[in-house]
Amino acid sequence: MGRGSTLVEKIIARAAGVDRVAPGQLVTAQVDLAFAHDSSGPRRWAPMLRELGVGLWDPQKVAIVSDHYVPAVDAESARILKLAREFAAEHQVGAFFDMVGICHLVLPEHGLIRPGAFVAGGDSHSPTAGAFGAYAAGYGATDMAAIVATGETWLAVPETIRVEWSGRFGAGVAAKDIMLFLCRELGMDNAFKAIEYGGDTVEGLSMAERMVLCNMAAELGCEAGVVAPDRTTFAYLRAAGRPVEDEAAALALASDRDAVYAAVHRFNAATLQPQIAAPHDPSRTQDVTEHAGIKVDQCYIGACVGAKIEDLRMAAAVLKGRKVSPDTRLLIAPASQKTTTTATQDGTLQTLMEAGAVLLPSGCGACAGYGAGVLADGEVCISSTNRNFKGRMGSKEAQVYLGSPYSVAAAAIEGRIADPRQFLGEAA
Amino acid sequence: MSGRAFVFGDNIDTDVMAPGTLMKLPPEELAQHCLAAVDPDFARTVAKGDFVVGGRSFGIGSSREQAAVSLSLLGVRAVIARSFARIFWRNAINLGVPCITLEQAGEISAGDRLEVDLAVGRLTNLTTGRGYDFTPLPPHLMAMMDDGGLMPHLKKKLAGAA
Ligand code: SF4
Repeated sequence: MGRGSTLVEKIIARAAGVDRVAPGQLVTAQVDLAFAHDSSGPRRWAPMLRELGVGLWDPQKVAIVSDHYVPAVDAESARILKLAREFAAEHQVGAFFDMVGICHLVLPEHGLIRPGAFVAGGDSHSPTAGAFGAYAAGYGATDMAAIVATGETWLAVPETIRVEWSGRFGAGVAAKDIMLFLCRELGMDNAFKAIEYGGDTVEGLSMAERMVLCNMAAELGCEAGVVAPDRTTFAYLRAAGRPVEDEAAALALASDRDAVYAAVHRFNAATLQPQIAAPHDPSRTQDVTEHAGIKVDQCYIGACVGAKIEDLRMAAAVLKGRKVSPDTRLLIAPASQKTTTTATQDGTLQTLMEAGAVLLPSGCGACAGYGAGVLADGEVCISSTNRNFKGRMGSKEAQVYLGSPYSVAAAAIEGRIADPRQFLGEAA
Repeated sequence: MSGRAFVFGDNIDTDVMAPGTLMKLPPEELAQHCLAAVDPDFARTVAKGDFVVGGRSFGIGSSREQAAVSLSLLGVRAVIARSFARIFWRNAINLGVPCITLEQAGEISAGDRLEVDLAVGRLTNLTTGRGYDFTPLPPHLMAMMDDGGLMPHLKKKLAGAA
């Protein structure tokens, strides 16, 4: 045959119980982990499972994380959360995480995302788990109900796009800038494709930054984003208390040298500028200098993609010894309780609080307009979240710009979109 | 068993198939507004067994299943397009509406009579006399399709296993 397999093809072949698969081939895969949150999970699954007259196929392989409606702000969100808790107890869900953070971060924090796993998530940013060398895709309600009932799902094997980055980031540049840049370069219409990130830049990134790359595969329209597992992956999982037993097998998941890609793109990280996406979609990205000076009413650091401890540290690096401008407000919703704890211990939180930031609970918060920090008509926000579709963060008449935590922090100081490099010892 | 082609362009999104502002309507009523923004007569004129033909990225946008539900309720036999958005494609197949990817979808004109053999992967345009091959769905998806979609299929399977 002579044709090698990509990482994604290897995972799918294993999950489908066949030697190899080719793009376009339809297969049935056994799911290693199925997860959902309070909004997409129990409240949708319960009636369908009742209709089918079955329970969960394997409660140990199902994870539920309450993150969208936390903490409850009205009777309806309280009801949804109560339903999730009752469902988890009734079905003896192996992993139920209540109000400890956003699913895409909480699952890795507990070592539940394993290299080579086939992961099905009831959320469009499920590809985040691909940072660990898993195949992870998002599914609609009927699909997820069927998955938790049977443990399997069908799929068409996606083609893989490979994107290679080389060189080191300059000051004030992060994985978020890579993704905003790629949204512009590759567009958002990449359905039925997976994206694989590689190159020395990616190899040098922390797991947190790799999660950013895979999270925003969703914005590219890709069904999955992946990074091959390596020592960084193993170290993270060891620290999470769930080390990888067979590291050689995990390393062998990497795409074969003669794997066939839909396309291969190469970019230089060293020349990448901080990127800002203009309203109302993430592909409207330009260098920060193009948007500098735009007045912002709110600066928001939050979401699965943009409020991990590493993100908070980026913001703190910019804000250290400085103050949030009285013309704006800086809201910070750490992505998990663990993030808040770590930020408390290492001084990050102190730096942010002294600068004048407002601390919000861990959860999706204002990212999808569910929680605290939503916007009014005519307000302008710069946000470290992943999407800026019209109306997503509150009013349909609000404008949301996307940037890295560095860029959000810089805007907080100036009250306007600003180049973060001026606060990091490298002139723009 | 042939049906007529209703032809649309690129980027037909799920909002056009199931408008967000009308999502509270019962499914049967919502279906009456399906594709109305691009063809006001569609819901009234489409008949059981007819086909919807699109261009690129058919079904982009929100993941709402109601887009596929409406096509299903209107009796659409299959959707044929140059490319599909993944979640719509899955939702449609799960609801028993096959999506056929065909690069030459643009050769089909409004009103053409089409015939499709899903098992073989053959589409015939009876009006122009042209035939097209596509990759057929594998047996397990054909079985799901025959049962009317994922939930009925699963129900049957689970009942059989019990
Ligand atoms: S933080 Fe935002 S993008 Fe992430 S899971 Fe929550 S709503 Fe979705």
